[in-house]
Amino acid sequence: MTLDINVKKLKKNAFRQSKVRGETASRVRCPGGEIDVDSLQRVVDIARKYGKGMVNITNRQGFEIPGIDLADLEEVNKALQLIIENRNVNQEEYNGGYPASGTRNVVACPGKQLCPFGCYDTKKFAQEIDKAIFPNDHHVKIAFTGCSNDCAHVRLNDFGILGQTEPQYDKDRCIGCEQCVKYCKKRSVGALEIVNGKIERDTNKCVGCGVCVIYCPTRAWTRSEEDYFRMVLLGRTGKKNPRLAEDFMKWADHDTIKKVICNVYAYLDEYMDRAAVESKEHIGYIVDRTGFEEFLKYIMKDVTPNPECEIQGRIYWGGKRYDQSNELRQSMFRFSEREE
Amino acid sequence: MGYLLSKDQFGEAMRQLGNTYRIFAPVRKKGEGRFKGVDVVRYDFVSDASEIELTVESDYAFKEFMLPLSETLFFFTENQVKEADIDERPVIVFLRSCDMHAVKRLDHMYLENGSEEDWFYRRRRDLVKFVLIGCSKSFDDCFCVDMGTNRTEDGYVFSVDESEGMFRCDTPDPAFAEAFAKAGGTEADVEPWCVTENQKAVTVPEDIPLSIYSDELWDEYTKRCVNCGRCTIVCPTCTCYTMQDVFYTDNGKVGERRRVGGSCMIDGYTDVAGGGQYRKTNGERMRFKVLHKIHDFRARTGYDMCVGCGRCDMVCPEYISFSNIINKVADAAGKEAGDDK
Repeated sequence: MTLDINVKKLKKNAFRQSKVRGETASRVRCPGGEIDVDSLQRVVDIARKYGKGMVNITNRQGFEIPGIDLADLEEVNKALQLIIENRNVNQEEYNGGYPASGTRNVVACPGKQLCPFGCYDTKKFAQEIDKAIFPNDHHVKIAFTGCSNDCAHVRLNDFGILGQTEPQYDKDRCIGCEQCVKYCKKRSVGALEIVNGKIERDTNKCVGCGVCVIYCPTRAWTRSEEDYFRMVLLGRTGKKNPRLAEDFMKWADHDTIKKVICNVYAYLDEYMDRAAVESKEHIGYIVDRTGFEEFLKYIMKDVTPNPECEIQGRIYWGGKRYDQSNELRQSMFRFSEREE
Repeated sequence: MGYLLSKDQFGEAMRQLGNTYRIFAPVRKKGEGRFKGVDVVRYDFVSDASEIELTVESDYAFKEFMLPLSETLFFFTENQVKEADIDERPVIVFLRSCDMHAVKRLDHMYLENGSEEDWFYRRRRDLVKFVLIGCSKSFDDCFCVDMGTNRTEDGYVFSVDESEGMFRCDTPDPAFAEAFAKAGGTEADVEPWCVTENQKAVTVPEDIPLSIYSDELWDEYTKRCVNCGRCTIVCPTCTCYTMQDVFYTDNGKVGERRRVGGSCMIDGYTDVAGGGQYRKTNGERMRFKVLHKIHDFRARTGYDMCVGCGRCDMVCPEYISFSNIINKVADAAGKEAGDDK
């Protein structure tokens, strides 16, 4: 059969182009990495009816249903309607499937709903952000993680959000057992020390992970009422220059984080290379062209950070530059040619 | 003699009592638990009756008034010593029946244990009068019935049972009854609620053979217990403390002696000069604690130290159940007795 498919439209509709001619894969968006059982059942039903009875779990916490016949797109989109509604994902056309795929699924670790270390409701924040920025064709990756452990690998994203709590110390409840000191050292950064029987916290060193709060047996350490966040910027994988995101803000509040993320789209509208392959460019490469100052100007537009928020004025990223060198740092020989 | 009161009337009675007494009661501290968004119910001074948490058992015990987690006992400089001041206004402490029984244990340890009373305990103890919170139901981890602490007949100035906004108060102390009459309460015969059965049953062994000392049942706890000491900190009858002599850093001739909570489960408790440590493993520490609560204390006083409040089971981050250990010890003791025959 002759196929005449608008592949660009297909991709924007959240279908992947398969290497198998005539087939595609449907990408199911699950903001915050969360899915209800009815939606999950629908994924199963679609895979059974239109796919090959298998489902891929994606790296960004969605589902991908491969082996779908390109002739079945409309039917699959209709079947996706329940999931789109249950997951509360913005849509443009009823029964039309997903309206965009550029801005990727917003990832979140389990966060405070499940994890003892979670400093905030990661899923709720991820879903709130998804609601604010989706649909959008710009290639933007955002991830939320509950604490400084970064189980969600947010440092591989354009915007990585890590939860922080500001430990509150009630010295009258402290018995000097030093468990906070011990566990801060073993599980975190070692920001605590005991001085004259009471604890002193190095406020600069403290990453706000909350380990002291969890291990304190007396409730001398408790969490701050306010949720705080560390935002890291422009991490990425890829062929040219994979790198971890670098710190941009710490002790930022919810509104500051949300505004900064939403602001990036105006910057992309202005500066994205229209000739980029598949109209897709990691933001970091655009920032390389415009300079960080210009990027900063856009993302901080109308943002009034909370008083506690500390901001990094200038950021330098590391990572390997494969476009400059593919040498191993201490390359000596090929393993197969080694001398016995 | 007693009174039935509406919520407002009860609040008014507490306001009147508040003119004379400070009220120390279980309070729900929002978000102050171990994890994000988790509350803790612990004792604090309240300014209004509505702050008092009457529906659940507190996570931490009432003892924190008489035995503060951290208390400066006195200040010293060169040849002089001065006791630290405390707020000397009288206090009413809200507690449940199991905790009323704990008061007797604390008093024994600090007032009757040895030739001298503990002066610092005494001055706080003399400020306190108790209010009994009735228990309409047993909580998940309670085993007060088997420990014989579910009933309290006296020792309280009034009681309070709360149900759907109505308050029932027994008022054996006429000085306190007056406040309830003034607040507009209706006179009635009130007997405080108490539970007569728990979900959890324990058998405290009469005699425990010495062989329990090396019984393998403790080995499990060497692996499971993380020696955080929560079980002892929340315990209404744990009385251990340690001292901190602190010299102020900008003048080494001035300082204070502090008494802070101690725990036989936490590292450092059995450290001695020369680097020795009597109970290194957590299993050994568990053995010491358990036997003290259900045997050793009784050998000296005639009654068990444990009052069966179940807070230790409730707080343990490793899901270790003290009440189950009591039953394990009973089993081991029974087996031992059987072997002898």
